[in-house]
Amino acid sequence: MNTALVDVRELTKTYGDFVAVDSISFEVKQGEIIGLLGPNGAGKTSTLECLEGLRRPDRGRLRVAGVDPVGETRKLRNLIGVQLQTSGLPESITPDEAIRLFCAYHNVAPRLDLLDRLGLGERRSAQFYQLSTGQQRRLALALAIAHRPQVLILDEPTAGLDVATRVELHAMMRELQSGGATIIMATHDMAEAEQMSDRVAILLQGKIVHTGTPIEITATGAGLTKISVRTLAGNLALSLGGFPAVSHQVTKGEYSIYYSSDIGVTVPAIITQIAAQGDSLVDLRVERPSLEDRFLEITDPGGER
Amino acid sequence: MNAFWHHLAFDFRTGVRNKQLLLMNYLFPLGFYLMMGFIMAAINPPFRQEIIPAMTVFAILAATLLGIPDPLVNARENGIFRSYKVNGVPSISILIIPALTTVLHLLIVTAVVVSTAPWLFDAPLPDNWLNFALIVGATACACSGLSVLIGVVSPSSRMTVLWSQLVFVPSMLLGGMMLPYSMLPAGAGRIAQLLPTTHAMNAFHGLAMGWAADFSAWGSVGVLAASGVIALALGVFLFSWDNRNTTRRGHPALAWLVLLPYILGALLFA
Repeated sequence: MNTALVDVRELTKTYGDFVAVDSISFEVKQGEIIGLLGPNGAGKTSTLECLEGLRRPDRGRLRVAGVDPVGETRKLRNLIGVQLQTSGLPESITPDEAIRLFCAYHNVAPRLDLLDRLGLGERRSAQFYQLSTGQQRRLALALAIAHRPQVLILDEPTAGLDVATRVELHAMMRELQSGGATIIMATHDMAEAEQMSDRVAILLQGKIVHTGTPIEITATGAGLTKISVRTLAGNLALSLGGFPAVSHQVTKGEYSIYYSSDIGVTVPAIITQIAAQGDSLVDLRVERPSLEDRFLEITDPGGER
Repeated sequence: MNAFWHHLAFDFRTGVRNKQLLLMNYLFPLGFYLMMGFIMAAINPPFRQEIIPAMTVFAILAATLLGIPDPLVNARENGIFRSYKVNGVPSISILIIPALTTVLHLLIVTAVVVSTAPWLFDAPLPDNWLNFALIVGATACACSGLSVLIGVVSPSSRMTVLWSQLVFVPSMLLGGMMLPYSMLPAGAGRIAQLLPTTHAMNAFHGLAMGWAADFSAWGSVGVLAASGVIALALGVFLFSWDNRNTTRRGHPALAWLVLLPYILGALLFA
């Protein structure tokens, strides 16, 4: 996990006067999964397209699996796998033909097993236009990983996929990761980013405004931890005294819910209070602020930058 | 090479599977051949002499100009080229393979025309088969190259239709298939010399059918072959992977260079 397989230095991409990517730098180590997050227009796809060799950066230095995506595109093709945001294939091509064709161009044996794993086994002879959107996405994914790339670049990989296929995709990502593959994933799905990414980078207006592990990102916010408590007698809801570090509380059914900025002091205080009232604890749940909460906090125009 | 053959085989199957290509490759040229054979040969009996070269040229014209450019533009607009690029498909394959598979379909149509015209319409067969095959190849090269170039430089499907018709309609009217070149007024003859069909018909007359050519028949073969090679080279040079990324190696106006062999031919052989 120590070798940087993707190295981006001061990447800038502009379209006319519009600066889509503004001098960003990051690196991704071998075997790491990094999630690129950001609202629409933040520069995620432009960044990925520069890494894929689909766009020429205006400034900056890029290395992907040791090659320059601009000058060494032919070498790059066998080293990276790409699932584009919109999967375009000839409307009459079948999944079977597509796998055979692209594997031939990558000079590897056709990975027809991927069609079964991604639930396309029974549709292998259907033409591309006859596949549902989800099936088309799955085929694009199969094509991206069929040649066992060192770096896998996924742009909205689970958009349009059902739950079972998402689970299968995540399992495949883990499998590729354990085989040493590096994965860069742009997604709007915060739960997916939190679950799958070793690190996330949040882009806003072409700049990386936060980077770190999902836990680091969520821990740095002003987000409050939610503590839900249920007691046998329900006396806690009636307690008038406030708990330390709690900003506010609400009652929902049999639960008293506290929003704490420091659970280390709030939870012991709650337990002490329950014992003092002669009540018994039935349930206590602590929910850290999610990546989504933190993301919204960061990307909210009135929030932190 | 394995990849190239896979791609070629897939693209060939597409020519039959895709309804639009099936129409342009087979149904339209063969339907037109039967219609012209039954109607024109009855109205104008000397037309029987021209059926094989004229309908061969028509099949090439229809399959290439009406069949190649639009799928190229659609593929670019729908992100198919981007998918190809990230999967390592070279641009030259994207351009050459549709041209090659169209030529393969054309050969089948030509075989049908040549084998049925003598007994359906009492049409004479070529007296030099080698030259016939050579001229079919040169004409297919010229028309498919031109079609690829139109597909590469057209910014949209609408413009593709316009450019294709700009070649197709004059070729039908002035290209020697309906009216002999020798009957055209001088001005129209000059325009006709800028069309691949004029050179194809001239070469068929002089080298394959045993008749007199209106101008240098080998010159016409040279013009066709040269224009095909130049068109394909320009197509590869001006190719762009997607509409959003409009960076090209040269200005699309360079495509007009494809007329160079025709202009030289008009100056040298007229």
